[in-house]
Amino acid sequence: MSTYLIRGARPLGGDPADILVADGRIAALGDSLSATGAEVVEASGLIALPGLVDLHTHLREPGREDAETVETGSRAAALGGFTAVHAMANTDPVADTAGVVEQVWRLGQEAGLVDVVPVGAVTVGLKGERLAELGAMADSAARVRVFSDDGHCVSDPALMRRALEYVKAFDGVVAQHAEEPRLTVGAQMHEGDRSARLGLAGWPAAAEEAIIARDVLLAQHVGARLHVCHVSTAGSVEILRWAKSRGVRVTAEVTPHHLLLTDACAEGYDPVFKVNPPLRTDADVEALRAGLADGTIDAVGTDHAPHAVEDKESEWAQARPGMLGLEQALSVVIQTMVEPGRLDWAGVADRMSVRPAAIGRLGEHGRPLAPGEPANLVLVDAAARGTVDPAALASRSRNSPYAGRELPGRVVATFLRGTPTVLDGKATR
Amino acid sequence: MKRHLLEAADLDRDDATLVLDTAAQIDSALAGREVKKLPTLRGRTVVNLFYEDSTRTRISFELAAKRLSADVINFSAKGSSVSKGESLKDTALTLEAMGSDAVVIRHGSSGAPHRLAGWVRGSVVNAGDGTHEHPTQALLDAYTIRRRLGRLDGVRVTIVGDVLHSRVARSNVGLLHTLGAEVTLVAPPTLLPLGVGSWPAEVGYDLDAALPKSDVVMMLRVQAERMNASFFPSAREYSRRYGLDADRMAALPEEAIVMHPGPMNRGMEIAADVADSVRSTIVEQVANGVSTRMAVLYLLLGGHA
Repeated sequence: MSTYLIRGARPLGGDPADILVADGRIAALGDSLSATGAEVVEASGLIALPGLVDLHTHLREPGREDAETVETGSRAAALGGFTAVHAMANTDPVADTAGVVEQVWRLGQEAGLVDVVPVGAVTVGLKGERLAELGAMADSAARVRVFSDDGHCVSDPALMRRALEYVKAFDGVVAQHAEEPRLTVGAQMHEGDRSARLGLAGWPAAAEEAIIARDVLLAQHVGARLHVCHVSTAGSVEILRWAKSRGVRVTAEVTPHHLLLTDACAEGYDPVFKVNPPLRTDADVEALRAGLADGTIDAVGTDHAPHAVEDKESEWAQARPGMLGLEQALSVVIQTMVEPGRLDWAGVADRMSVRPAAIGRLGEHGRPLAPGEPANLVLVDAAARGTVDPAALASRSRNSPYAGRELPGRVVATFLRGTPTVLDGKATR
Repeated sequence: MKRHLLEAADLDRDDATLVLDTAAQIDSALAGREVKKLPTLRGRTVVNLFYEDSTRTRISFELAAKRLSADVINFSAKGSSVSKGESLKDTALTLEAMGSDAVVIRHGSSGAPHRLAGWVRGSVVNAGDGTHEHPTQALLDAYTIRRRLGRLDGVRVTIVGDVLHSRVARSNVGLLHTLGAEVTLVAPPTLLPLGVGSWPAEVGYDLDAALPKSDVVMMLRVQAERMNASFFPSAREYSRRYGLDADRMAALPEEAIVMHPGPMNRGMEIAADVADSVRSTIVEQVANGVSTRMAVLYLLLGGHA
C-alpha cells in the first residue's frame, strides 16, 4: 500500500498542516512532515474533511442496472467526497433477506470506491405487512444496522412500533419515509398555491408531519432509535426539535435538493424536478437550513435517485420521482450553509460525516482527522466554481436537478482507508 | 401572440381581445354563406392528438381547422401506437417528421402540452390537460359573454362547482381576470384547491349569497364519483346546496346568463328547465367554440401577415 503525504491542507478549515497517510491510516499530522518514498499530494488551500457518509442512496442494483449500478453509484459517491454510502432496499428483488444485502455489500467491496452499506427492508417486499428477517440481515456479512422501507412509509402504527422495538436487539435503527399514504394518493407536488394553479395533485406537508409526530411518540414509548429520512417541511423541523428536547432518540436527515430548490421548479412541468417528498416552499427551505445549522437535523442524506431517461422524459404524472445528488451534495451544502455562514467546516464534517456515521454505526467512518485514525478523508477546493453538466457525471443516469447551475466547491481528492479513490478530481478506478 | 396556446396566461389582454375580435370577424364573414369555408390555412396540417375521449372538443377543433381549409389528422390514443406504449415524446417526433404545423392536444396529465411544446417545432394548442387548463374553452366562454352582454370589463362571473378538478375553471379565472371581469368561485371547501386564495378571484361557499350579484353564472360539471372520495356526502346534498334550479335562477339579475361547458349532469348541478331556459347559453357556447378555435388556429398559423 502506498504512502501519501498531503501537503498544506487545512483540516476542518483550520491552519494548514501536512497529513501523512500510511497503511490505511493517518500516520502523522503536523507542520513540514517528510517521508521518503511517499507520493506527494499538493493540497495548499484545500479543506480536509473526514470522508463523507451518506445515509440515503439508491444504487438500483440489483434490478435497474440501466439506471445505476453499485459500481457507477460508488464512483459518483467517491467523486462527491463520500467514503461510505448506505444503499436503500427498494431494489428488485427487494433487499429484505440476508442474501440480497450480502450481494449488494459484495458488489460494493468489488467496486472498491466507497464502503457500500446495505439498508435492509423493514417489511417483506416493502409491502408494509410483516417484518422482514431483520436479525438475519443484521447478522449477515453486510452487518445491516439501518432498516427502511424508503419509497414507502411503514404506515401501520402497530407494525412500526414492533420494528422500532425489534431492532433494539442489535442496536439497529428504523429510517422512516414519513408519508401518510391516505393523504398522498396520486400526489404530484407540494400542496399549495403552485399545485392549485398547475393542476397537479397536492402532497400536503401534514402527511409528513403527522407520521413524524406519531413516530417520535412511538420511539419514546418503546425507547428505540428512530431516524427520519428526507425531512422536507418547516413543521417537521419543529416536531423534531420538540422531540429532541424531550429526549427522544430521534435523528433526521435533509437532502441537498430540499436545502436549495423549491416548488417553483415545477413550473414548466419538467419531471427532473419531481421528487418524493416534493420540493417545498421558501419558508420550508429556510426552516431546513436553520434546522441543519442548529443540529435539529443531524445529517445531509442525498436520496440519490438515478432514473433512466425514459422514466423522466415524459408527462409529469407518468415520471418516476427522484433526482441525482451524490456528486453535487457537498457543493449544495457549501452554497446554502457554508457561504452564508450558517455552518463552518467542522459543522460540515459533523453533519456530513460524523453524525451520519454514528447513526449508521459505522465505526471506521466519521472519525477525527488525527494520527491513528482510518485515512478516510476528502480534500475540497471550496473556492472553485463550476457549472453542472449532467453528461459529465459519473452516474449512469442524467436526472440532475442542478443541470446548468453554477455551484461552488470541487472535490479534488478522496481517500478510502488510505487509498485514493479520487485524485485531481478524477476517479482512480 | 406566442407560438403556443398552453394556458390562459399565454394571452395578455391585447392577445385575448384579438382572438375574440377575430372570432367575431370570422362569424360575420361566414354568416349567411352557403359554403362555410375560408381558404386561409390551405396546405397547412393540423393534428388533433387526443389522449382522452372528448367527442365535442375534438369535433369542434376538427371543424374549425376544416373551415380554414387546413388538412386535419385525428390521432386518437386508442387503437394507435400510443396504446402499444409509445411515449408522448416519440409520438411528438413522429408528428414532427410528418410535417404537422400545429398539434391540438387533449391529455389526462396536467402539463402534457408543455412537454409536447418542447419537442415539436409547430404550434401546440392545449385542448385540456388533466386538472390544469382548457384555454380555448375560456376563450369561447369569454366570447359568449361578450356577445350576450356586450362587454367583459366589470362583468361579475360566478363559477360554481368542482373547481379543484376543473381545467375549465382554471382557464376561466385567468382569462376573465385578464379581460377585466370579476370572478367569484363558489363550491364546497372540499372542491376548492388549497391554494385558491392566491387566485385573482373571490371565493365563497354560499351559492344563494352569490347569485344576486352575478351577471354570469357558470356551472361546472360535478362527477357523482367524487362523493365516493368524500368530497361531498351525496349527489342529493350537493344538488341541494350547489345545484342551479329554477328558484335559484330567479334570484339572478334580469340580464344574467347561465353557462355550462358541458357535458351536463341534468338534475345534478343544473336543473333541466334551467338548462333549456332563455338565459342558458349552452348551445351558443358550442357554436362559438368553433369560431373561437378558428380564430386561435388562424392567429397561430396564418396570422403572421
